Amino acid sequence: MIPYAFDYTRPESVEEALDLLDDDAKLLAGGHSLVPALKLRLSAPGRLIDIARIPSLKGIREENGEIVIGAGTTHAEIMKSDLLKQHLPMFAEGAALIGDPMVRHKGTIGGSLAHADPSADWPAMVIAADGEVVLRGRNGSRSVAAADFFIGFYSTALEEGEIITEIRLPVPAEGTRMNYQKFAQPASRFAIVGCAVVRHPDGSVRVAFTGVSDAPFRDTGVEEALSGQQLTDDVIEAAAAKAAEGVSLNSDHFASEEYRQHLARVYCKRALNAVA
Amino acid sequence: MTQITVTVNGTSQTHEVEPRQLLVYYLRDKLGLTGTHIGCDTSSCGACTVHMDGMAVKSCSILAVQADGCEITTIEGLAQGDQLHPVQEGFKECHGLQCGFCTPGMIMATVDMLQNNPDPTEEDIRHALEGNICRCTGYHNIVRSVQWAAEKMKTSAKVLDGASVSPSPVYASVNLNQQQQQQL
Repeated sequence: MIPYAFDYTRPESVEEALDLLDDDAKLLAGGHSLVPALKLRLSAPGRLIDIARIPSLKGIREENGEIVIGAGTTHAEIMKSDLLKQHLPMFAEGAALIGDPMVRHKGTIGGSLAHADPSADWPAMVIAADGEVVLRGRNGSRSVAAADFFIGFYSTALEEGEIITEIRLPVPAEGTRMNYQKFAQPASRFAIVGCAVVRHPDGSVRVAFTGVSDAPFRDTGVEEALSGQQLTDDVIEAAAAKAAEGVSLNSDHFASEEYRQHLARVYCKRALNAVA
Repeated sequence: MTQITVTVNGTSQTHEVEPRQLLVYYLRDKLGLTGTHIGCDTSSCGACTVHMDGMAVKSCSILAVQADGCEITTIEGLAQGDQLHPVQEGFKECHGLQCGFCTPGMIMATVDMLQNNPDPTEEDIRHALEGNICRCTGYHNIVRSVQWAAEKMKTSAKVLDGASVSPSPVYASVNLNQQQQQQL
């Protein structure tokens, strides 16, 4: 499969990339969503702007009580990060569930969030961890809460002319427990259903799903059922039973709406059991 | 057209390429390195696996321009003259292939895994090869081939260290459950 012809540029900095970014251009990072789309001719940009080697978009650091992951950081780098293993182990463990080793070597967290595949893994984890997505345009930067970033099917709060530069995650308090569970499509390994749970020491719990609906979402119904409760088997059972209530459910040839809702309950329960 | 310079199997190559040219076509059509196969062409099957700056990647989903300035190793770059790489030897010794179509990708993915995990369990091996699909369903022998190679590489490393080692029975380290044994 051969893509339509396009021009290619590889700017050295975010500023240079922003100058080149017009409505006929697409940003290329790992390319593991974009290149397949180009090959299928689902996407036909006039120009690709390769941002994969821009140094300021790479790396994971701790800064002012937050873990900052550069948008161009690969899944493999996240999987091996000692900083994430220490503070946000769900991210290192969750990275290992994405695709396969070759995909993880190229695919980036920023690319995954920008592409907003309804079955991508990162969105659920970033939402449950109360992450912020930092977007930069020609007129400066802004930060959007991950829970507000995903607005629909492959659709996000990213405006034309903006680049995701980093993902900021609050360093959780000592004793926070977190877990991501997914039911993977066996060939693509995308999440048919994925559930991320973060349980804070004050008893509050964040629950987020991917794969279930047209966009990943925070499940406040489950969170409320857990509020102020010890995570006993009965409480978990009752809360998980509320999973994905009132959302419009995806249906495709892998899983019907009914089956997806069932999976949402099962995987929510597994994630809650893991943090109980 | 865009000019790229890529070091492929140790030799620097400079060519004008169309930005839309995929790395796998560059390797096969421009450089004649047809050991890298095109299987699914959708980054699922792993037949096109090569190493880019030492890491296994799927060359059907990477543009040749993305490899500019990088070092690429293909299956043709593994052997030292007539001396096969231990992983190639393993696939030969343990019959890790039937039709052989997936084999270059399996071997490149295995070499990458053993760089990071020289002593993998059977489960490690199966997970590391998740992105490589064999349509002959030869996975049992592929796993054995990888175990053979891991053992051989460990033994070679020990010999290099000057330690005294005796050849180990490779198959003894293969743990098959009863059901798997019945299938064989």
